[in-house]
Amino acid sequence: MHDSHKFKIPIGPQHPALKEPESFSVALKGEKILGVDIRLGYNHRGIEKACEERTFLQDVYLVERVCGICSHSHSTCFVQAVEEIAGLEIPSRAKYLRTLIAELERVHSHLLWLGVAGHEIGFDTLLMYTWRDREIVMDILAQFTGNRVNYGMNTIGGVRRDIDVSQVKDALKAVDTLQERTKYYIEIATSEVTIIKRLSGVGVLSYEDALRLDAVGPTARASGVKRDVRKDDPYAAYADVSFDVITDNHSDVYGRTVVRLKELLESFKIIRQVLENLPAGPIAIKAPRKIPAGEAISRYEAPRGEDVHFVKSNGGEKPERVKIRAPTLANVQAVKHMLKDRFLADMPIVIAAIDPCFSCTDRSIEISYLDDARKKEVLTWPELHAYSIDWHRKRGIDFSSLNKKLKEGFKTS
Amino acid sequence: MKPGRMIIEVMRSFFKKPVTIKYPAVAFEMPDKFRGKLKFYPEKCIGCKMCMRDCPTGAITINKIGDKQFEAEIDLGKCIYCAQCVDSCLKKALEATKDVELAQLDSRKLKVVFNASPKNTP
Ligand code: SF4
Ligand code: SF4
Repeated sequence: MHDSHKFKIPIGPQHPALKEPESFSVALKGEKILGVDIRLGYNHRGIEKACEERTFLQDVYLVERVCGICSHSHSTCFVQAVEEIAGLEIPSRAKYLRTLIAELERVHSHLLWLGVAGHEIGFDTLLMYTWRDREIVMDILAQFTGNRVNYGMNTIGGVRRDIDVSQVKDALKAVDTLQERTKYYIEIATSEVTIIKRLSGVGVLSYEDALRLDAVGPTARASGVKRDVRKDDPYAAYADVSFDVITDNHSDVYGRTVVRLKELLESFKIIRQVLENLPAGPIAIKAPRKIPAGEAISRYEAPRGEDVHFVKSNGGEKPERVKIRAPTLANVQAVKHMLKDRFLADMPIVIAAIDPCFSCTDRSIEISYLDDARKKEVLTWPELHAYSIDWHRKRGIDFSSLNKKLKEGFKTS
Repeated sequence: MKPGRMIIEVMRSFFKKPVTIKYPAVAFEMPDKFRGKLKFYPEKCIGCKMCMRDCPTGAITINKIGDKQFEAEIDLGKCIYCAQCVDSCLKKALEATKDVELAQLDSRKLKVVFNASPKNTP
């Protein structure tokens, strides 16, 4: 691309893989990003309105489908709100099982993210490894709940499926394997110069900016903001388990990687405690069909940050209002800030750093030259991806030798 | 990377079993709690229609076809396989099976009717 021109590049608006499709309009001077405009709402599905048309019980399955990756997050957040309105105290075994699935989901989401991040910077071996390891946790989820995604675990008043002793044993063994592999990834991430150089100083979000822009989840924690609903406002069984909130002061994509990796270890810690201390007893109590009038706000720490559901009942079988605030919405403003004055080549990883399912889709980018309206160029997402990797390779960041090294050196089990 | 270790690694990979399954040539077993295609036991159904009331997608319809005889019509294209109807049925007339091979070229074939007389039931 030519340094003297100013461009405007629209990216999006269709990203079918996202729960919040976005359109990024990037103003460029040469390779430098002057500013980014973000527009939301292209793939509006009317889920909140649809919730009003269905009963509380039917809504559990609807909100579960807000997101394919953190489906348990949304359904738990919703049922918690409904249970609070109805004044239901759910059995402690149900609370533990909800926590268990929540943490397994976090493990699967973070491993997925790590692979995507590796892919975005051209480190595809990492993608292959993490996604292979992710299968382990997907298998446990399938064993516990029946399905790999959309677990259907929650119901108003508890959970729908119990687990037995042999499954607990399998899961503990799998967690050991995963922990060993995660430690290996942490070792790579913290010692390999190529990764550190590639991710450091990219997508910087200072502590003050993270607070000002209300970043949530790992994005905020990587800027040193100690914010985690599991600790600040414990729900399910989080008050009974011990774990640390991971923060980091790098404030960049590297920090976000470190935070997510270390969070995996905390999740394993929680999973172990839950499996070992699973209280006996029923897994659900009977919930009334009609939920008494009232309203509640429920908070939940989803893998990507705080998820908020507001539910209002007027005493009938259907909610009067349901409002969902998913974590990516909270982080979108921060992305705008992170991209300013950075290079176009860093865009894929900066965007991918807040949201693990962003780059699953191919999309077309049209470059219109601001100073010459007739000239047009079209870049597809894979081309931008290739451009990004090539741009950094020319500047000395090359993952091909590391890819090779990792393939040879990985201690396979 | 030492060449010796590399060779061991190569040899090991050579004999390791592949991670992927050769589906559909090799059958794939779903986990025990899997929620697949529904099965209906007409002799147990009392026609209370609680399943219809709780189904999030309106995929199941119970029709009265005679004295104390009911049939279930399930639209497999609409069904999200949540098995809420199985939980809602107090008479255990519904069951989730492990059957997942439900793809059809003709969408009409996705409508499955479980007839009240067992011999006509698919
Ligand atoms: S809930 Fe069970 S008994 Fe009632 S109509 Fe449905 S299948 Fe029949
Ligand atoms: S499995 Fe779910 S979607 Fe399918 S018929 Fe039953 S309740 Fe309806």
